[in-house]
Amino acid sequence: MRNTKLVTLEEAIHRSGLRDGMTISFHHHFRGGDKVVNMVVAKLAEMGFKDLHLAASSLSDVHAPLIEHIKNGVITKISTSGLRGELANEISHGLMKEPVVFRSHGGRGSAIASGELHIDVAFLGASSCDELGNASGCPRSENAKSICGSLGYALPDARYADYVVVLTDDLVAYPNVPKSISACEVDSVVVVDSVGDSTKISSGAIRDSKNPRDILLAKLAAKVIINSGYFTDGFSIQTGTGGASLAAVKYIRESMLEKGIKASFALGGITAHMVKLHEEGLIEKLIDVQSFDKVAAESIAHDQLHQEVSAIEYASANYMGSAVHALDIVILSALEVDVNFNVNVLVGSDGIIRGAVGGHPDTAEDSALSIIVCPLLRGRIPCIVPKVTTLITPGKGVDVVVTEYGIAVNPGRPLVKQRLLDAGVQLTDINDLAAKARSIIGEPDPLPFGDQVVGIVMDRNGGVLDKIYNIVD
Amino acid sequence: MMFVPGNNPGMMADAHIYGPDSIMLDLEDSVTMAEKDAARLLVHNALKSIDFGDTEMVVRINPLSTPYGKKDVEAVVKAGVDVIRMPKTETADEVRELEAEIIKVETEIGCVGRTLIMAAIESALGVVNAYDIATASKRMMGIALGAEDYSANLKTQRTPGGAELLLARESIVVAARAAGIACFDTVYSNLDDMETFRKEIELIKTLGFDGKSIINPRQIEVVNEVFTPSQKDIDKALRIIAAIKDAQARGSGVVAVNGKMVDRPVVIRAERVIALAVASGILDKEEAL
Amino acid sequence: MEIKNAVAGTLESGDILIQIAPGEGLQVDLQSSVAAQFGRQIKAVIAETLSGLGIDNAYVKATDKGALDCTIRARVTAAAVRATGKDVWKD
Repeated sequence: MRNTKLVTLEEAIHRSGLRDGMTISFHHHFRGGDKVVNMVVAKLAEMGFKDLHLAASSLSDVHAPLIEHIKNGVITKISTSGLRGELANEISHGLMKEPVVFRSHGGRGSAIASGELHIDVAFLGASSCDELGNASGCPRSENAKSICGSLGYALPDARYADYVVVLTDDLVAYPNVPKSISACEVDSVVVVDSVGDSTKISSGAIRDSKNPRDILLAKLAAKVIINSGYFTDGFSIQTGTGGASLAAVKYIRESMLEKGIKASFALGGITAHMVKLHEEGLIEKLIDVQSFDKVAAESIAHDQLHQEVSAIEYASANYMGSAVHALDIVILSALEVDVNFNVNVLVGSDGIIRGAVGGHPDTAEDSALSIIVCPLLRGRIPCIVPKVTTLITPGKGVDVVVTEYGIAVNPGRPLVKQRLLDAGVQLTDINDLAAKARSIIGEPDPLPFGDQVVGIVMDRNGGVLDKIYNIVD
Repeated sequence: MMFVPGNNPGMMADAHIYGPDSIMLDLEDSVTMAEKDAARLLVHNALKSIDFGDTEMVVRINPLSTPYGKKDVEAVVKAGVDVIRMPKTETADEVRELEAEIIKVETEIGCVGRTLIMAAIESALGVVNAYDIATASKRMMGIALGAEDYSANLKTQRTPGGAELLLARESIVVAARAAGIACFDTVYSNLDDMETFRKEIELIKTLGFDGKSIINPRQIEVVNEVFTPSQKDIDKALRIIAAIKDAQARGSGVVAVNGKMVDRPVVIRAERVIALAVASGILDKEEAL
Repeated sequence: MEIKNAVAGTLESGDILIQIAPGEGLQVDLQSSVAAQFGRQIKAVIAETLSGLGIDNAYVKATDKGALDCTIRARVTAAAVRATGKDVWKD
């Protein structure tokens, strides 16, 4: 081929015109197995870059090596949806001068599209790619090393970044079709040993939770859904990956079979559970921004009705066509819910960042019915509290909270409340749940926050929703 | 009745959220000898502090013949337990011995008569003496079968059909009914075989048991499904009770529903159906009145 | 009161491991994932329980896995009983 974009990583960085102070971006489809962020930032450090803004769709435990690059001044600003592990711990203790900017998946998509989050160079890992840059998260050769399925979170970066580098560990013959990222958007292609550790991308086989508490929560959540008034033929649904959320799918399925109800689509992170319902004909289409396991990744590669969607089309508030606007029911988890139905999914009860905003505010606000499923307590940590440590999803978008000690409906949803009562579902007041938690664990001391802002939570439209302060030991 | 190991605080704290009728905290077989002291303290403190709601709290103590039994009684009576479950009960004298221990502690703290007794029958001798055991104390609220020890004692083993337990089960139901107390069936420990479990519950319900012992919250649903009366049964029972009340109001001794005479056993059965329906949460207490 | 080394409790979720040893005054070394919010309360329960048993001199190492107060009381008492050889129940 005469027109090849194949270069080394160093060459790609040179060609990109990257300078100190610019913004680089990454996606998190390889999840805990991601190798791209650490590899690229190590190379940038080696080449002497400083003062870079790292804008990832999310970061996790595996990105602890960034701590050194922050200390050495290579990275001085971070934008992400989530932060976990040692990196999160250090940042919570004041590692960075500049606060980390947290956005939801939809919020990040909007910010990139509007130019509020301008990306100079995007480094995007792909499971397969040809030498012109047609890239996919699906395997195209027999011994594909790292499969991630949907590349939904990488698509805004590919489209709007000034310079796009695709990194792959499976270079295939042109044309690599069907493609997620088009060669038209790609400037350089870099072949590396591995973009991700497959064993950590997906769990492989589905295992149903045997945890009795998850099963109880799942049954209660399913009962709420079935009697909510939104469980009608053609409904649409999104669920998370928590044990209770996955177990709820099982009970919803039983009810769908019993009542002869079918769903029009399932949205968001797609799991093997959803693929199974789709293959049984119970869910017509799957709209997949992120494939959560091997079964989902394989399904998206072969099934016409299992389609990839970009973060913008998935969850942006200001994009008319985004799928969340058409979503009926979403089941979500929470670290904390307060008596005003506000939800925190980012900062632990110890004040340390340990989660991700994800699509939580996007789906909660835009869906017709949002259900938060969480235990009243995790050990001695309360999940139903008087006031959330950090505001991520405002209570006006949260409709029902399901705990093992009772179900509470947002007073702003009297119709849902009445339907549940009519169906014989026992309800309780969220203030009583918070009081119950307090009666079991006692009154916690206030967290030892300092006065340095370490994180800023943006709302879906680019305003500041909350600030996270450093924690003092 | 859900069994919860007495040395596991994590399991104790939220056992009641799964809605068992009663919880049995175990100080006996699930606790090693080295941990008997610690488990006793844990159960004592849990009973005193944790709000288990309406759940009836039972503690299975160690036999009084062991060095642990009497301390167990003191610890749980002082914590206000509802029922003490006595393991491996073989004679009425053993029950009276336990009653004396309970009275001693109750007298010390000034609450005589508060603690009830449930006797577990786990041997051939116990089965032979079932009625004597059931009537040994006014505090006796029920008797229960412990099938593992019983089948070992018989020199046989447990089978899915439960043929080896038939006489023991029938003897216990008969003894309990004759004594006017409750009876509970043994545990089923294979959590992955819900079908055999369901068949066992259907069998023991037919035999006349009031309930089943379980080892995991996942088993609750199946027990409730089998024991919960159908809507048809409930409607019929409600009609019978209404007819009785109506007859009483009119001063008439003869009652008929749908043209059929309602005699005493029919009324008792109807009352039982309604009690079960209320216990299973499908009938309001008010509707039942 | 004379005490020797003793241990009670486990590292299971919802439990607390209490290690008790001779010491001068009462010294509590607490490890807990909820230390920021409940450390003060946990230490107070440990101290109260020990002083209720007449133990004023001891070194206590507590490794907490989210135990409730009633569990902490039970584990501290068990460790103290083992350390002193003096039970809280009648024989």
